[in-house]
Amino acid sequence: MTFSQLLSEFFTIVASLLLAPLLLGWVTQLRAWLQNRSGPGIFQPYRILHKLFNKDSVMADTASSLFRFTPYLIFGCMLLASAIVPTLSTDFPLAQAADAIALVGLFALARIFISLAAMDVGTAFGTLGARREMFVGFLAEPALLMVLFTSSLIAHSTSLKTIVTTQIDRPFAIYPSLVFAGFAFILIFLAENARIPVDNPSTHLELTMIHEALILEYSGRHLALLEWASSLKLFAYSSIGIALFLPWGISTQGSIMSLLYALPIFILKLLVFGVVLALIETFSAKMRIFRVPEFLTIAFLLAVIGMLTYILLGAKAS
Amino acid sequence: MLNSQSLDVVLWVISGWLLIGLLGILTLHRFTFIARVLFPLGGIGGLVLAVAAFRSLINGGTQNRLLPIGLPQLHFHLSLDALSAFFLLVLGVAVFGISIFSAGYFRNSTGTAPGLLCLEFHFFLASMALVLVAADAYVFMLAWESMALSSYFLVTANHRLPKIRAAGFLYLLIAHIGAIALLLSFGVLQANTGNYTFSNMRMQSLSPFWASVAFLLAVFGFSAKAGILPLHIWLPEAHPAAPSPVSALMSGVMLKMAIYGMLRVCFDLLRVHIWWWGVLLLVLGLATALFGVVFAAVQSDMKRLLAYSSIENVGLIFAALGLALLFSSYGMNLIAALALTACLFHVAAHAIFKSLLFLTTGSVLHATGERNLGRLGGLIRFMPWVAWLALIGILASSGLPPFSGFISEWLLLQSFLFTPGLPQPFLNMLIPVATASIALTAALAGYTMVKFCGVVFLGQPREEKLNQAHDANLFEKIGMAWLAIITITLGLAPNFIIRLIDPVTRVLVNQGLAAQSKSNGWWLLTPTSMARASYGPLYFLLGVVGAIALAFILVRVLYHARLRRSAAWGGGHPWANSRMQDTAEGYGQPIRQVFEPFFAMKRHLPKPEDIEPRYEVIVEDKFWNGVYMPVVRVTEFVSSIVGRLQRGRISIYLLYSFITLIFLLILVPSARK
Amino acid sequence: MTDLSIQLINLFASFLLLLAFAMLAQRRVVNLVQIYAMQGLTVVAATSVVAYVTHQNQLYYSAAMTLVLKVFLIPWILRRLIKRLDIRWDVETLINIPSMMLIGIVLVIFSFNLALPIASLSTSISPGTLGIALACVLLSFMMMITRSKALPQVIGFLSMENALVFAATSATSGMPMVVELGIALDVLVGVFILGVFMFQIREQFESLDISHLENLKEE
Repeated sequence: MTFSQLLSEFFTIVASLLLAPLLLGWVTQLRAWLQNRSGPGIFQPYRILHKLFNKDSVMADTASSLFRFTPYLIFGCMLLASAIVPTLSTDFPLAQAADAIALVGLFALARIFISLAAMDVGTAFGTLGARREMFVGFLAEPALLMVLFTSSLIAHSTSLKTIVTTQIDRPFAIYPSLVFAGFAFILIFLAENARIPVDNPSTHLELTMIHEALILEYSGRHLALLEWASSLKLFAYSSIGIALFLPWGISTQGSIMSLLYALPIFILKLLVFGVVLALIETFSAKMRIFRVPEFLTIAFLLAVIGMLTYILLGAKAS
Repeated sequence: MLNSQSLDVVLWVISGWLLIGLLGILTLHRFTFIARVLFPLGGIGGLVLAVAAFRSLINGGTQNRLLPIGLPQLHFHLSLDALSAFFLLVLGVAVFGISIFSAGYFRNSTGTAPGLLCLEFHFFLASMALVLVAADAYVFMLAWESMALSSYFLVTANHRLPKIRAAGFLYLLIAHIGAIALLLSFGVLQANTGNYTFSNMRMQSLSPFWASVAFLLAVFGFSAKAGILPLHIWLPEAHPAAPSPVSALMSGVMLKMAIYGMLRVCFDLLRVHIWWWGVLLLVLGLATALFGVVFAAVQSDMKRLLAYSSIENVGLIFAALGLALLFSSYGMNLIAALALTACLFHVAAHAIFKSLLFLTTGSVLHATGERNLGRLGGLIRFMPWVAWLALIGILASSGLPPFSGFISEWLLLQSFLFTPGLPQPFLNMLIPVATASIALTAALAGYTMVKFCGVVFLGQPREEKLNQAHDANLFEKIGMAWLAIITITLGLAPNFIIRLIDPVTRVLVNQGLAAQSKSNGWWLLTPTSMARASYGPLYFLLGVVGAIALAFILVRVLYHARLRRSAAWGGGHPWANSRMQDTAEGYGQPIRQVFEPFFAMKRHLPKPEDIEPRYEVIVEDKFWNGVYMPVVRVTEFVSSIVGRLQRGRISIYLLYSFITLIFLLILVPSARK
Repeated sequence: MTDLSIQLINLFASFLLLLAFAMLAQRRVVNLVQIYAMQGLTVVAATSVVAYVTHQNQLYYSAAMTLVLKVFLIPWILRRLIKRLDIRWDVETLINIPSMMLIGIVLVIFSFNLALPIASLSTSISPGTLGIALACVLLSFMMMITRSKALPQVIGFLSMENALVFAATSATSGMPMVVELGIALDVLVGVFILGVFMFQIREQFESLDISHLENLKEE
């Protein structure tokens, strides 16, 4: 483990912490513009975080220590997730610690804890949210795994680092299986980050909400941590999308200069990603919660077909 | 010298357990002595067994013994090789925790006398250990049957309830049908030599047809014990019926005996492998896993939920075994070793975490007297020890990093991703589908475990009486904490376990992973190469803990807001009470809806005019009506015909004997030709 | 035959498969027409690539014809039909969509195993595409089976024809021009006739639900 590796890890973590709320703000702002509203500005998430951190935290009498501990854990998981996806460089120490499967496991860990915490207080909304969140998760999680596996099959590795480096290093080639994986990934992205059409992050409508129901009992600094964690999750998912489908520009050596080159390219890609997300959200309508399993099953099966296409197109008659 | 002693130690432990059992029957009602002295002694026996097995694994080699007991000319052949040693290790480690727990668990109550329970319990342990060291079919079947019998008596410990008697009967019936298949399988394996030792069976080279017959019979026999579809029907009835430590033993350890048998027959006794065997096991295993987890998600009895979850895990183990067999049939031994490692790791991981979870249900049952999830809740406030230990169990069971369940899942998925090298394109195309179902199963397991933990330990107590629930006693705590520590160790130091599995896979497929995995440092799990895949649980844990600590410190340093307590907000709804929480049925509802074709459901919906409105959904297994009832009807029909032979007059029975005798006398000369 | 063109053909093949699955999963008739047009566009692109690589000028004509006919003309007719018949609503499928897609996956595996030996015989451009084309044919067929309304069935029929054309161009570098023209004419006439049929059905039953046709049989 060299100094430059550590430095690149540190750089990535700081970049994700700072960029994550900005990405959220950018998407919100774009949506406002697309809907002919003036919008709150892209720094709004920072202001919200600042406000929440300074407020007193109110906690239910019935809440146990699990409830209190969970926001920190969720924040930690999401931060680690952003730290193990190659965003700026592929040369960093945590790349060995966790591969694509562990990444999905990390998201699952966070999901299970947030659901448990929501059940802890014992209100009707919390348990409802926990049920829905786990329900979305049980289809989205394997779908994400399948998307990652489609790339793993191409790179012959589940290590995210190897997936990205093989993609960058070899001569340009079109992989049809990635078309399926890409579509599946967009669907999973929308579901996992509580975006329209699966969930609407800006309403508290009890019939349809998923993510908001989970964190209804949190306030003050705990809520701030959870909000930050959810923007980190959005960021981590965007980074996964970039690493799998548009990795060009990620630095494959750990030098500081290459990091500084990689950063603007990465930010540019994030901006474009934000535009795509805002467009999708503006053009689609929130669907009924009963349609969500269908939506996710389609994502899951598309990812499976992606893996299948890779094997099929490579198959030779015996 | 040291090497040759391991098997002796095992035999001493077996005899020790038998002795403890006998002591128990002698002091039939001296409850304190039995609980506080005999059970912990048995537990220490387990620890000794584990140490002996561990040493044998490290030292390697095979030890054989010929004990001059049993029938004349049919002495006991015993042997201890790496495969047996690994399972003995798992058995010993699990038994230590379970026995210590039992010391605090069994109380003087109605039902079976404590001394009798002690006898059955330790006979059960001894017979399981004997299964593992048996080296001929005769000892194996003897131990196998006494294992079934002693566990049958343990299941029916509470025999005054007719439901439990029925469960026990079903268990015994299927166990015996399975045993018959095993007997036949051994019969085929010895290939008409009349010598039933395993060493003789190894030397026989069967034709593909007869090898397949032996294989199929073994699959049938062992799946009856393991609860593989469609022979799973007894498992969710029998496991919950038993006292919790016994459920833990049955789900955690006894199911693994069937896996041991499969490994012994498929990889050791049968020397040829045919590719479709692997596909069969893979398909059976995956179907079982998916079936088990879907049913687990809709259960509302906590022990049944865990029993179905055991079915799921055994299914996964079977799938890994099938994959190993498939690879080995094409001579891809390194990848076969990878799949086998996944299989064995999951054997160890599941044995420990499922035992832990069953023990926690035991504590909950004692504290509240409730098994129904709909009447539990909020126990984390009254029994924090049990709740936090259960949380470790559920995290491992959901296959989350950095716990033990994740590692076996990780290894299994890795071996699946290697598959595109198989020579048959058809098999390669199966892989995405198989991988998808594994991923789906794992995610559903998470769903189920959140339901289990959330409904039992979190939320508000759903009944008044739960407020008096007390935490587990000291023995119970030690037992559960031991299993929890092992679960965490398995998760954090996988290379250590892989080093123990290495000699086993070397015996079975001549390849091991330990050298490769060790070369990149003991903290990193790298089954094949660094570029291919690596996972460092300690790093991972460090990362999570580091990030949490960072968040904590930053928040504390930068902001000084206070924390206040008040009533739960609940969206501003002031009349919320504990009845308004989601129930276990409600939690399972989405799964019920998505997987509706899997279930046979009976719904009772309240009508507007009902005075006491009642909502009830009973979810039943379709296999019961689809497979078992036709068999039952055929059996009844046949027995009604046979029943006509029963006339009740002695002379008629004598006539039957007479006719048989004549018939045999006619047969004898013709057979001599 | 360059590497890139093989990859491109494979890519278009996957697009076609993706669109076939999208059709299975789509409830709205208007979107079905859209997907059909996109399918046509994919076929056009694939045909042009094959034409460029094999230097067969006739394939350019075929591509142009497909473009005019299947991307503009037929979708336009279908849209007009939808408007005139006023059937823009969601249509529930007979089998639910996830199970339909599962069956679809089985079909894909099946048709690939069917195509593998055939593909190994020919020296065609890209063997994998034949399997995909076959899968698309079967998927469109399944879509026709599982819809209860007449218009989605027509679209299923048309997309089946698309898949066949794709199979022909990618596996055998195109059919003779005469055959191609004949098929194109057939399709066009088919759409007209089916359109007329639909009007007739609606006048008869005041609905386009073809389950009404069951009443026509003799008791």
